[in-house]
Amino acid sequence: MDIDYQSKVSKVVNGIAPSAIRRFFDLANEMKGEVISLSIGEPDFVTPWSIREAGIFSLEDGCTHYSPNQGYIEVRKAISEYLGRRFSLKYDPKTQLLVTVGGSEALDLIARALIDPGDEVIILEPCFVAYKATVTLAHGVPVIIETKEEDNYKLTPEALEAAITDKTKYIILGYPGNPTGATMSYEDLSKIKDVLLRHPDVFVVSDELYAELSYTGKNPASIANFPELYDRTIVVNGFSKSFAMTGWRIGYMAGPAPLIAAMNKVHQYCIMSSPTTAQYAVIEACRNGDKEVEEMRSEYNRRRRVIVNGLREAGLTCFEPTGAFYAFPSIEGLGLTSEQFCERFLMEKKVAIVPGNAFGKCGEGHVRISYAASLENIQEAMKRLKEFVSELKDGSK
Amino acid sequence: MLNRIELLQIIEHNARISVSELAVMLGCSEAEVTSELENCKKENVILGYNTMINWEKTEREPVTALIEVRITPQRNQGFDKIANQLYRYPQVSSCYLMSGGFDLMLIIEDSTMREVAGFISDKVAPLEGVLSTSTHFILKKYKSNGTLFTQKPADDREAIVL
Repeated sequence: MDIDYQSKVSKVVNGIAPSAIRRFFDLANEMKGEVISLSIGEPDFVTPWSIREAGIFSLEDGCTHYSPNQGYIEVRKAISEYLGRRFSLKYDPKTQLLVTVGGSEALDLIARALIDPGDEVIILEPCFVAYKATVTLAHGVPVIIETKEEDNYKLTPEALEAAITDKTKYIILGYPGNPTGATMSYEDLSKIKDVLLRHPDVFVVSDELYAELSYTGKNPASIANFPELYDRTIVVNGFSKSFAMTGWRIGYMAGPAPLIAAMNKVHQYCIMSSPTTAQYAVIEACRNGDKEVEEMRSEYNRRRRVIVNGLREAGLTCFEPTGAFYAFPSIEGLGLTSEQFCERFLMEKKVAIVPGNAFGKCGEGHVRISYAASLENIQEAMKRLKEFVSELKDGSK
Repeated sequence: MLNRIELLQIIEHNARISVSELAVMLGCSEAEVTSELENCKKENVILGYNTMINWEKTEREPVTALIEVRITPQRNQGFDKIANQLYRYPQVSSCYLMSGGFDLMLIIEDSTMREVAGFISDKVAPLEGVLSTSTHFILKKYKSNGTLFTQKPADDREAIVL
């Protein structure tokens, strides 16, 4: 008997469109190992040894059980101290912090705990792919604001004002941003704050996974730094990007106690608790990780300059990224879509980068280049990019 | 503004990097890099550019020896006089004054076992002021000057991570 499995899948899951770059995905997978990969959104660094060692020691010590749902109190205390020290954010470890399975779980918990069917969530594209999906899965309605290169991919107060309706539940801010590398300064956020103060029902989810990776010479501001918005903001952060801990699957969220309690309800039934080994490791990360993070940040910053210089030498326009580890140059005017560009670059020059439309429709005309890769690979890739762009330009004459 | 410490940190690990690459990485002009490098040389901050070589991968098989030397300090010159007499030998690649149970640490690289033995018995031990020596040979190098001597693990990341 033929079963129509598709009809068994829920409408909401069926409603999530497959990735816009499915085909390119498959191709890149096939060619893995033969190509230079600047297509990876995770650090090339291995987790600093002292952090790995703390995890190993906890295993040797027999720490192999469930933790409290919210996470060990020692972990929450360490995170609280870290957030205060690094970002001037004050959260009570007992009631205002929840340890999650990476930032992704935090985004999912927020959507499920806050959204009623039909509620709107404002999302700034191009952006990390999970924002829209988590909202859709929770029966919310994503409302897209397309941020623009000429605004340095910052959210403008006008665009925000225009997107807010009486159904708006929250807005997701992701700065420093994937895929653009954009950051928003305290002054930029201050203008956003003024809009939000006119709409007291709108909450803010601030995804700060890349907060440690800022190249402006100072830590990026968090919208939660504004006392007027502190009680309406949920900060999502984690250890994956800043401490090179992607595979440990550990992050956290910080916010108003009643909301954290609501998220914890969802978390306890779906996840139970975050990985115990990872929790022991991040105590070390919070307390003794600054120097290693600083070294990684300096290295990323040097690569960033090399890549921006390389892109401009190749004749592409690229706004200067100031955070995360991505550059998002424009490939417009070369007669190819983002996906065609990436596919041909992959096939002809053996370098993998990601089409911009993977991060939302408005990412079309751009490509994401990750500099979480060795300097040698970046330099070689930039050399090949220059050749490729010049061949394209010659060909179109 | 050129950051001298960052410049030095980069070339400490890769002395072959070009001035133009350094300028891009540090976000300054080539002229600034060139002049800073010149200043560092003049001020003896940069003393030379060495290459990390894993001699074990070549047909030569030199040994590395650490020689602990106990000495009697000399009037008015402390440990410096004997140190000076010892570090002038070209086979001594490093010489340190140490705290703890002995005084000088000599590191001999690129010699054979016989040469090291000869050096100690002919040159170090008989020197006036040398009380005793204790020699350790390195059996295997795992890491030296921040460089791993073992194979780097392959990049095991996924092809694309969004």
